[in-house]
Amino acid sequence: MGGYFSDIFYGGKSLLVGLSITFREFFKPTVTVQYPYQTLKMSKRFRGHIELLGDDEGKTKCVVCGMCERACPSGCITLGSVSVDIEVDGKIKKKKVLSKYDLDFTRCSLCGQCVENCNFGAIDFSKEYNLASTRKEDFHFNLLERLKRMERLEVKNA
Amino acid sequence: MSAPIQLRPDETFILNVGPQHPATHGVLRVKMQMDGEYIVKAETVLGYVHRMHEKMGENRTYAQYLPNLSRLDYLGALGYTHGHVLAIERAAGIEVPERAEYIRAITVELNRVASHLFWFGAFVMDLGGFSPLMYAIQDREHILDMLEAVTGARLTYCYYRFGGLYNDVDDDFIEAAKRFIPRMRKSLKKYDALVTGNIIFRKRLEGIAPVSAEMCRKYGATGPVARGSGINFDVRKNEPYSVYPEFDFDVPVYHECDSMARYKVRMDEMEQSLRIIEQGLEKLPDGPVMAEKKPKNIKLPVGDFYQAVETARGSFGIRIVSDGDKNAYRLKLRSPTYSNMHLFDEACEGMLIMDALAFMGSLDLVIPEMDR
Repeated sequence: MGGYFSDIFYGGKSLLVGLSITFREFFKPTVTVQYPYQTLKMSKRFRGHIELLGDDEGKTKCVVCGMCERACPSGCITLGSVSVDIEVDGKIKKKKVLSKYDLDFTRCSLCGQCVENCNFGAIDFSKEYNLASTRKEDFHFNLLERLKRMERLEVKNA
Repeated sequence: MSAPIQLRPDETFILNVGPQHPATHGVLRVKMQMDGEYIVKAETVLGYVHRMHEKMGENRTYAQYLPNLSRLDYLGALGYTHGHVLAIERAAGIEVPERAEYIRAITVELNRVASHLFWFGAFVMDLGGFSPLMYAIQDREHILDMLEAVTGARLTYCYYRFGGLYNDVDDDFIEAAKRFIPRMRKSLKKYDALVTGNIIFRKRLEGIAPVSAEMCRKYGATGPVARGSGINFDVRKNEPYSVYPEFDFDVPVYHECDSMARYKVRMDEMEQSLRIIEQGLEKLPDGPVMAEKKPKNIKLPVGDFYQAVETARGSFGIRIVSDGDKNAYRLKLRSPTYSNMHLFDEACEGMLIMDALAFMGSLDLVIPEMDR
């Protein structure tokens, strides 16, 4: 019988202790960020989908070596190249130039193997995360096109 | 007007819990033969999220398999990647710089605290208390922010590389981790007062769902489930790996064998993890985080390699059989919750269904991890 009353006593006390904690919590500042009205700054190392980086003239640094294509576990990168004649010291030489850089983001697992394997610093992670869509085609990115678009944006803003 | 249905006294019915039941925390299906509110027989059915991770390991190169390991257990992903890189490094004979190993230990322990915090919140929510989940997620958010700043991802990290780390930690991380430890200790006290002492919580867990040490051995249960049944087994102590021998920490063991014991083990483990982080930050040496002598394309010598690590859920083992090629001939993942879950069938016979769901919560199941 003694167990019964002590249970009621300790039980009631434990409930009061719990309630006092939730009550104190009630007056603490809110920590929730009201997305989409408020957004957080993405951290420096945030791994979004990859993007091509431009040099000073806005041209891509990619030399079409295909290291990223081979390193990718899911095979989501497709490269294309054309050979063009360029003049170096009065001689005409053939050079491979990037003509297509497609990323199939539906299959990407954001592991970063491509960025790590690039010896020329031609690709990096973007900070893009608002990518919701109901169409699959929206996730097939043409990165070369994207690079040109970003360049234009930068010129406009400058 | 129809007559009420008459059940024979020995008649039972089949109840499906899952595959989309919130109490199973994923797509696990439990087929229960019920006699009223009592379970006569239970059968767990797996296979709803099978993704052939082992087969993928045989078709991809070792480096390409790295992102897969963080897709097993999405709450404590770093522990699993740790096991993988340790296995490959030992097999290929790659020396890892000391600083890298220390950072690995610190981040794994942070991830363990994050995993236990989420389990704590979800477990209390299973029993009907909602506020602790919010408090736990708020604390977990600090850890995820820290790890995101370092690794670049919040859940599927892919941070360790063969021979070291993807990139070094900065001073901000160390500062944030140092600030986090006292705050977390304060929170643990709060949880203790709010939840552990709560009379409803205690009445629903104490003496419920006894899992004997015998049964744990029979099914190969490890981690907090085994330690709640009085088995003092922790891979970090029993088969030390990485820099764990350098740290001073205890392995919490409880002998009550009930759901409350498993709860207490995890709560104490968080405190021990904080101790490891504290010591790791103090001892953190300077130096590189990537091995200098490291082959570009890793090929393992012919042989059979096994590495076990202690993850948040128990002992995770990875076995790699190599025929000298650049991908594994056979890759086997021994996931802890797969074994932990299988004692559920036997242990819940004759139990009330509410107790069985509380018991399932105390096993800390992550379905994609057992059904890999």
